[in-house]
Amino acid sequence: MPDISVVLPSILQPLAGGQPILTAPAEGPVTVGKLLDSVTGDYPVLARRLRDETGALRRYVNVYVGGEEVRRLQGLETEVADGQEVLIIQSVAGG
Amino acid sequence: MGCMATTESIVLAIGTKKGLWLATSQDRQQWSFSGPHFLMSEIPSIGIDTRNGRTRIMVGVRSEHWGPTVAHSDDLGATWSEPEQGAITFPEDTGAAVERIWQIYPDAEARPGVVWAGAEPISVWKSTDGGEHFELNRGLWDHPHRGDWGAGYGGAAAHSIVVNPAGDNVHIAMSTGGVYRSLDGGTSWEARNKGISAYFMPDPNPEFGQCVHKIAADAAVEGRLYAQNHHGVYRTDDNGEHWESIAEGLPADFGFVMLTHPRREGTAWVVPLKADGERIPPEGKLAVHRTDDAGATWKRLATGLPEGEYNSVLRDAAGVDTAEPVGVYFGTRGGAVYASADEGETFTEVATHLPDVLCVRAAVVADAELPGASVPEVAAAQGA
Repeated sequence: MPDISVVLPSILQPLAGGQPILTAPAEGPVTVGKLLDSVTGDYPVLARRLRDETGALRRYVNVYVGGEEVRRLQGLETEVADGQEVLIIQSVAGG
Repeated sequence: MGCMATTESIVLAIGTKKGLWLATSQDRQQWSFSGPHFLMSEIPSIGIDTRNGRTRIMVGVRSEHWGPTVAHSDDLGATWSEPEQGAITFPEDTGAAVERIWQIYPDAEARPGVVWAGAEPISVWKSTDGGEHFELNRGLWDHPHRGDWGAGYGGAAAHSIVVNPAGDNVHIAMSTGGVYRSLDGGTSWEARNKGISAYFMPDPNPEFGQCVHKIAADAAVEGRLYAQNHHGVYRTDDNGEHWESIAEGLPADFGFVMLTHPRREGTAWVVPLKADGERIPPEGKLAVHRTDDAGATWKRLATGLPEGEYNSVLRDAAGVDTAEPVGVYFGTRGGAVYASADEGETFTEVATHLPDVLCVRAAVVADAELPGASVPEVAAAQGA
């Protein structure tokens, strides 16, 4: 089965050993939350950039599944299917 | 400490809305700069720890996108380390998440590994490993007043920590909540705001709820502290039991800064702003005011400061060093930074057009070259 890919913005890639894409083996549908647990397991600093210590997605971090931002879907409970690509993009913020 | 020998330098750390700048100087007139470090992250807190035979610079870093963290450098900013699991993170049972690190405070010489931190949401933290990992202070977190503490405009935070070098007295200040004191090294806490006005509340003299902007201890007089309040400047001589006004002689009693001399009795600095509703220097004229008699009288100090200045100076955007005479440093929300090598009598502009200055700290360190430093035009022009 095809893996699930998580595409990182360039600014976060150094926190994943320089990798632009992290992959998780597809073993059936998985939630975004579990997927992030899986791909950031070896990169705790990266994990903290995306979510705070309660597990909540940081306010200006957007995660897209199938072109939709997960807050418009089921948040971190949104399911990702085999072969899908998940995009992490920082939103527009700051001045 | 003491006189500046030729083998010593001053390191000046400037935390701004968009990154950190570091500067060093041997004469406190000409500065070499490096930065920005952490470009596009704000640096609201800095601690320079010169204990343990090294210079460790700790910074609270906060990205609008990627959240808050604490980093430290033992080589004057050449490299930065960030503990993998985070230096300050709330335990799971609290259900809370750190928003911003407001204060990093190295403890006394006698407790060389101890570093305190204050954060938003209102919380105090203590590290015993030089600032790499901090434990939440449960006594304050579980305090029965917690539900009634409020948020100032900048957020609800414990922003001031003062630890008695000789004993177990710890005073903190929060906005809003006021001053809390612990006599047992931080195990238990009691509000200590008697005499401090909370004019913005129905009862202007509550037990707690004051918006104390900054507190600092008199280094030479046991039990004496000074407070810059949200309107009101105060002193206590009995460890916080009672506060009395020392605002007479100042052009305004509003402001954020409170600095004290590292050795000499009765010496403190404030930077008055006109009023809560007019947060500019009085008449647009920026000045530092110093007392040498514990607040009985104040001296206006503006030599070298601009004629017209409408930016404010935030609570941690000012600091002193420990050289002789003491250096005084501050930065404005307009991105200018001023230094005085003579306790405020004269200032020179050491940087300008930086992002909003949030935090300024200075320390005497063993003579050291700043990695990657350059002398910017403003400093070069001053030296010419």
